[in-house]
Amino acid sequence: MLRDLGPLLHSKTPISLTVDLSEVTYVDDFGVLVLIELRHMMTAQRGAFSLIHATDKVREILSLLHFDDLTDRVHLAKKQIPNIFVRLGDATLRHIHDFQYLTSFTGSVFLALLYVCRHPRSLRSEDTVLAMLKTGVDALPIVGLISFLLGLIIAFMSSVQLRQFGADIYVASLVSLAMTRELGPIMTAIIVAGRSGSAFAAEIGTMRISEEIDALFTMGFDPTRFLAIPKIVASIVVVPLLTLFSDAFAILGGMVVGVLMLDLTASAYIAQTAVTLTPFDVFLGVLKSAVFAFLISWISCFRGFRVRGGAAGVGTATTSAVVSSIFLIILTDALFSVILRYWG
Amino acid sequence: MAIDRRPIIQVRDLTARYGEETILEGVSFDVYEGEIFVILGGSGCGKTTLLKHLIGLIRPYAGQVIIDGEDITHADSQGYHRLLRRIGILYQSGALFGSMTVAENVALPIVEYTGLPSDLVSTVVRMKLNLVQLEGYEDYLPSEISGGMKKRAGLARAMALNPKILFFDEPSAGLDPVTSAGLDRLIVHLNKSLGTTMVIVTHELQSILAVAQRVIMLDKGLRGIIAEGDPGHLRETSRNPLVWRFFNRQPDDGAVPA
Repeated sequence: MLRDLGPLLHSKTPISLTVDLSEVTYVDDFGVLVLIELRHMMTAQRGAFSLIHATDKVREILSLLHFDDLTDRVHLAKKQIPNIFVRLGDATLRHIHDFQYLTSFTGSVFLALLYVCRHPRSLRSEDTVLAMLKTGVDALPIVGLISFLLGLIIAFMSSVQLRQFGADIYVASLVSLAMTRELGPIMTAIIVAGRSGSAFAAEIGTMRISEEIDALFTMGFDPTRFLAIPKIVASIVVVPLLTLFSDAFAILGGMVVGVLMLDLTASAYIAQTAVTLTPFDVFLGVLKSAVFAFLISWISCFRGFRVRGGAAGVGTATTSAVVSSIFLIILTDALFSVILRYWG
Repeated sequence: MAIDRRPIIQVRDLTARYGEETILEGVSFDVYEGEIFVILGGSGCGKTTLLKHLIGLIRPYAGQVIIDGEDITHADSQGYHRLLRRIGILYQSGALFGSMTVAENVALPIVEYTGLPSDLVSTVVRMKLNLVQLEGYEDYLPSEISGGMKKRAGLARAMALNPKILFFDEPSAGLDPVTSAGLDRLIVHLNKSLGTTMVIVTHELQSILAVAQRVIMLDKGLRGIIAEGDPGHLRETSRNPLVWRFFNRQPDDGAVPA
């Protein structure tokens, strides 16, 4: 309608426009929009505009939509993206606050761990065992499979080179060393971060938004001791065991390649593995995975406790828990490498 | 109404802030032992914030809160923990622990704070559930029961250690009129038979008029108490337009009391 009337008004430029509404029985907001636009056009051309013979029903609708007030063009405020300095400042403040909370959470974790060491009965054993089952036992299939495949891949890739020197047997050394010292702990920890880190953050985060943590607090329980410690203790116990399991399966994977592709015998492969590995290698892998386990459960529980704002907040916390865990794992592994280089 | 009852909660000059924003300023009031006391007001007036300060979830920016002789604003954690055994809180959605059954939820404080053997604990749990008419639901998970039942289970848990004061955060929220009326009647009944002091935060007019013995009304603009007293009395006699509108359920369109 406006497309037809607009050009007409422009070309004819009337001094005044009167709209006769006597035949109009009903108008909806789009109809009112036409009237508003007509009024605008008239105002722009310095003409007069009026409505006559509006029925009661039409008048009621016009008053409901505040027709008389809609004289100015209203622009819906565009969402202003604040400039880069504001965003930088905001982000810095947020990180500082986060760091403050992280420090106090870490303190409370250590105090709680100390308390549990002195009063072993105070550990919630049922929760701890359940966490061990979920973090450890349930992860066995996936850890086993991935480690087996990793062993397979390492053996296969290295055999291509070693073959040329007739040094096939060293595939066993490569697989066992690489897995026990580095890849076993890292891969296992990453899998645990994805499975259990996210679960810890999601569980605690959901409790946060449904006020269950407030309820714990006002019943006199320490949420850290009640919720975080079982998970942390369970992880530290179970992840090193998972890592040993992963080492074994990787060696098995390597052996499959060795026997099927490289004409090695199983016993030769195992003998070479045994010669290469020292107890320190295995111990190092286990120590690393214990540290990784602590880092994963610590940061994931923290993210859970810090959830604000509903389901979206839980999602953010879960993602952040996994990403932070993986970052911490790799960072710590690098630190281990540097320390061993200068100390070992 | 006995005038010689002692105050069991004393709030003096409480100031509450969220970051830079002041929610409450200089709020002072008493709650007397054994009464049903309601904190009410429009949205955003700070009533849930006030409740969180009373139960010690938030430290006030300034001021003092004394509950049953214990100054929780300046107390050490031991004093606060001793007090926690004497109060119970019903959170808005019950705040039951999702991984435990109803019975395990109610048993949690009992197991933690009394030395009772497990069969005696079970009996106490059954008694508490009977009090709130949830007998038979001991082994249900919170996800398997309705909203009204979750609140009643939460109430049973709040009453586990026979607290002197019960706090309720919006008990009628999300309940249909029948369930809400049932909960109101339960509150009045428990107050009469056990003498427990009840502090209720709500804006449900029906519940307030049915249950409250004394109220304070908070106002967002004033950042404090705008009215105090018997709810029926306030409804009839208040000349303050904000108070009158609240109690007579009138919209904000400039109407003023006669």
